[in-house]
Amino acid sequence: MTEEHKLYLKKIRINKILIRLSQFSLLISFLVLWELLSRFNIINSFIFSSPSKVLTTLINLIHDNNLFIHIYTTSIEVLISFILSFIIAFIFALLLYSFKTLKSILDPFIVAINSLPKVALGPLIIIWLGASTKSIIFNSLLISVIVTSITILNGMEACDKDLIKLFKVFGANKLNILTKLIVPSAKSEIVSSLKINISMSLIGVIMGEFLSCKKGIGYLILYGTQVFNLSLVMCGILILSLLSFIFNILINILEKKLLK
Amino acid sequence: MNLINICNITKIYHTKSKEIKALDNISIAIEDNKIISIVGPSGCGKSTLLNIITGSEQPSTGTIRENRKLNIGYMMQTDALLPWLTVFENACLGLDLKKIKTKESINYVNDLLKKYGLYEFKDEYPNNLSGGMRQRLALIRVLAIRPNILLLDEPFSKLDCETRKNISNDVYKIIKELNITPILITHDIEEAISLSDNIILLTKRPGRIKAIYKLNFDETILPSTRKKDEIFDTLYDDIWRNIDHD
Repeated sequence: MTEEHKLYLKKIRINKILIRLSQFSLLISFLVLWELLSRFNIINSFIFSSPSKVLTTLINLIHDNNLFIHIYTTSIEVLISFILSFIIAFIFALLLYSFKTLKSILDPFIVAINSLPKVALGPLIIIWLGASTKSIIFNSLLISVIVTSITILNGMEACDKDLIKLFKVFGANKLNILTKLIVPSAKSEIVSSLKINISMSLIGVIMGEFLSCKKGIGYLILYGTQVFNLSLVMCGILILSLLSFIFNILINILEKKLLK
Repeated sequence: MNLINICNITKIYHTKSKEIKALDNISIAIEDNKIISIVGPSGCGKSTLLNIITGSEQPSTGTIRENRKLNIGYMMQTDALLPWLTVFENACLGLDLKKIKTKESINYVNDLLKKYGLYEFKDEYPNNLSGGMRQRLALIRVLAIRPNILLLDEPFSKLDCETRKNISNDVYKIIKELNITPILITHDIEEAISLSDNIILLTKRPGRIKAIYKLNFDETILPSTRKKDEIFDTLYDDIWRNIDHD
């Protein structure tokens, strides 16, 4: 390795460390400022809580053996929604791609369902499916399926027409074109649909837990609001951010593996 | 013997506002082992004619008579390689889709890869190949299915001058060696004269046959050296004057 190359690598390393340090100091400054403002009563600690109070609540939740059941419930609901929604969206996108007339028929309904604020359907879903995990997952599917399938469909439709022509000249049938050309060519859109899907599933599950639930992070946040325990609410939000962060890391790992 | 007889083909496209006639009463006899070039201004229906021959489009009127079962090889403007398949898998694509992949055909693909200097790259992906290598791979993919007719839709138009010269020579040698009947579509008169036995000149849309040129170059002369022949310039001028310029 030449000196010049060593210097180049060092520069990259220093830059990376600087970015990490800045991120860390930004977070610490925010927490310290929040704590100080709360300690010196510049902000109302009852409404805005404080990092120390959030930490105490978190420790209490762990001591009471109460926290992990909520995290577990939400995570399982998100995972089930994510997997189900991907399977349904993928099949739906395949059908819409293969049958253009079906796509034309369903188009206005898809637009209408997609633009409808799904939270409006919440009360109906509770009546239909009961206040249970089923309605939470259904709620989440309503939010994520259409967006995910539109992303996958766009990827399929972007396939190079020359390639389709080439496949046809080689005597490929519709199934061959679909499985050996259209789906592999839409791989990057399929992977990005996973990213959209995981955020949508999380939103759907939390929204569902707000509506009907006795367990989960959404329930924790809602309960905290009802009893005016804002530290519990903040604690719920903190756990939710961490959960979403972990899900995103997992999806990024999956993306790297799939797009290798 | 003629491989294909194209008889009185007319093609009309329909849009909401109007009908567009792309081809008008085209009749061509495609002779075995003769290189035919179809030349004409942009939009004259050259690619439509190829699509009709491949069967991916139907003519509005007229017929295509195949005197032997056609095994069509198709090379287009883009190399149309699949980036998620390796060089070897790309070369075998036609064999896979036609379900004719055998030990013997795989050996043939390997021989072709060796012959065109791509064997050592067989496990690489197309993104790691240069423009000329990519086009050679597209050619190998076509040759692997042992076609008896080769449709070339401006296959060299996106290559640089030097690569183009080499690829043209390669294609010419292969065609003569393997007894394939090629139909070349191009708007490049120089390319048409360099490669062809017959040149069919189409008018601007709707495409009709304006002239047919029969070329009598010695078969041993490579496309890149045809230009040195004195008849080349005369032919070029003649076609240039005859072509409908936009």
